[in-house]
Amino acid sequence: MTLGGSDLPSPADRPDEPRVGVDDWVASHESREERKRGLVGVAARMWALLPPVGRLGVFVIPAGFLPLVMSQSNLARYAIYTLVFALMGLGLNVVVGYAGLLDLGYIAFVGFGAYGYGILASSQFGRHWQAELAIPVVALFTAFIGLLVGLPSRRLVGDYLAIVTLFFGQAFVLFVNNANRISFPHFGHVDLTGGSNGLANIDPLNFFGYKVHTTTQYFYVLLAAFALVAAALYFANESRTGRAWRALREDPLAAEVMTVPVNRLKLLAFAFGAGIAGFTGAIYGSVQTGAFPGDYDIGLLITIYAVVILGGTGSIAGVALGAIVINCVPELLRSQQNASWLFYGLILIVILMRVRPWHRCLAFLAGLLAFGFAVHALAAASWPRLTAAHPRGGGSLKGPLEHWVLLPSHPVKIADFAYVVLIAAILLVTRLDGWRRLLALVPTLYLAAMVWENLLIQQTAGATRLILLGALLVGLMNARPQGLLGTPRVEIV
Amino acid sequence: MSERPRLLELTNVSKAFGGLQVIVNLDLHVGEGEIVSVIGPNGAGKTTLFNLITGIFEPDEGDILLGGTSIVGLEPHQITNRGVARTFQTLRLFLNMTVKENVMAAQYGRTKATVFESMLRLPRARREEREINRLAEEKLGFFGQRLMGYRWEQPAYSLSYANRRRLEIARAMATEPRILLLDEPAAGMNPAETHEITELIGKLREEGGYTILVIEHDMHVVEGISDRVIALDHGVKIAEGTFEECATDERVIEAYLGLRSADTK
Repeated sequence: MTLGGSDLPSPADRPDEPRVGVDDWVASHESREERKRGLVGVAARMWALLPPVGRLGVFVIPAGFLPLVMSQSNLARYAIYTLVFALMGLGLNVVVGYAGLLDLGYIAFVGFGAYGYGILASSQFGRHWQAELAIPVVALFTAFIGLLVGLPSRRLVGDYLAIVTLFFGQAFVLFVNNANRISFPHFGHVDLTGGSNGLANIDPLNFFGYKVHTTTQYFYVLLAAFALVAAALYFANESRTGRAWRALREDPLAAEVMTVPVNRLKLLAFAFGAGIAGFTGAIYGSVQTGAFPGDYDIGLLITIYAVVILGGTGSIAGVALGAIVINCVPELLRSQQNASWLFYGLILIVILMRVRPWHRCLAFLAGLLAFGFAVHALAAASWPRLTAAHPRGGGSLKGPLEHWVLLPSHPVKIADFAYVVLIAAILLVTRLDGWRRLLALVPTLYLAAMVWENLLIQQTAGATRLILLGALLVGLMNARPQGLLGTPRVEIV
Repeated sequence: MSERPRLLELTNVSKAFGGLQVIVNLDLHVGEGEIVSVIGPNGAGKTTLFNLITGIFEPDEGDILLGGTSIVGLEPHQITNRGVARTFQTLRLFLNMTVKENVMAAQYGRTKATVFESMLRLPRARREEREINRLAEEKLGFFGQRLMGYRWEQPAYSLSYANRRRLEIARAMATEPRILLLDEPAAGMNPAETHEITELIGKLREEGGYTILVIEHDMHVVEGISDRVIALDHGVKIAEGTFEECATDERVIEAYLGLRSADTK
């Protein structure tokens, strides 16, 4: 304690704050860092001041107006799937975020929900249950399946649990692919799941005789479901059960010794997550009016994990934000113009953020522009074919780009070559530092723009979309490893 | 010599890991309201003794009685629910939960609301939640200003080492035990903090009414707090009695110092 003695400065005007150098001061280092950041800091503090109902309102109330401003097809592409992903993410968040169990079979439970609803409400067996009965039955049944899967795995930890649940998820896909010719002793052959064709013609949701058919109606059903599940999970997380889940995630042995029945709570988390998955799956099945085996495979699993991890494991608002990013960004990128804006915008933002001070940043940008015009002028003078074509991406960028970037008349071969050189250049740039890196960055970025304009922009519906999304995710996770709204976790101090 | 009713009693307990005999035919008892210290060199089996009592390990032989009934074979959380709480030598806090949540989490076994009641905010869940809050604040208040105020909402990892030790004790208290097992509460503390811990353990008995079994290496602490001292070496009880009796016992000195100085010429 002598370290914090009289010779070190003590802020007299702020008596509440610890003196510089003492334990408390060192410990609160992180919160001081957090406080500094401008807009983000303000937003974070306002968020912390909101009551839980208000936080939910921040998402739900603006979302409620979306059908007024969006076309039906946009509503389906952006809003409906975002909500579906968010609901799935909420369930996964219980298992992975709260209880810390690595469940790789999660998506199978969503599949159980969709198929379960399909069996109860489609022409497959001629049953057409009302949704207010079918959805709870399906959710409870899926929770029960979750319990069964959890039973043998409750003593497994980490990697072993991941392997067992991954196996379960794959077994589910195999099962629904082949469950169209099960033979029972007395009933003969039964077509349970439609095999690889899946269950088509699943009924639309039908609450108390009121049929949900339009996209807008589905949107409100999903929004209400999201608000309901999010509120329930918030209260669950703040309860004794939620604390016990987080305690067992932190230290299972200590939790057990502190009166938490660890195995039972693991099972509960498993069943709980599965129940939410089944609930979501039932609605998802009716949104899609079908359930198909390929939908509930690894692809969707990875997407939902991305939603939870990007948003910040353990955070309900994070799941919502993660779902918005993961669903909407790839959809937005389908248009060449949006993709172009994102591509150039990201590069510009990163340059503005990372190249300091401002005069160096300005010089860098000017140099980059000058480099481009110089290369373009040289090429135009020596080999006109290199600049013969016009920009393929439209929009307001078209004019300036035509005189800056090389646009060969037959771009394929030269752009492929440039792509390989670009990758090598990026690798080189990461090995350099200081002014060398900055210098090497100029031709690299120019090369990137050239590859973009000649090659990538033509495939925005396919590979480019994923490359850009991947780059965005890498960037975001680098900037915030704990996820957008997650809190950084400390393992050992 | 103790006339108190026996709260915790181990009879003829043995435990081996593979071929290594860690606890050998150990008899031990702690009376109601007593403070008993367990001493012994590293590897003497002291922490294993705690792990046996709290149900993390099961004894190979012998019986462990709490208030006259056997607790062998129960799960650790069941044993804690019956009134045995412990701290860990290597701190095992829930680091990424807040200080208050750490203490609140330990109330799990004392509350009953199901997760559905909590989600719907039914009366029982709300009442219990208020009670948990009050109790957590009360237990943290036991340590004076050290774990009060703004610290409640800070993550446990931000606490200083000494405060983390205090928080572990608060967390153990929140399970509302009859007997507290403290595993080296003064380890890694400076002399001032060690002195404070010594006073705290006395206070735990006087004000908290706990019976205490403590493992401690610091002989000043042991001398300051113990009604009775038990010395272990290689899983065998080599001495038992007052601090003076144990401290002057030849076998205890030999266990700590190796060969007796008299024998080495």
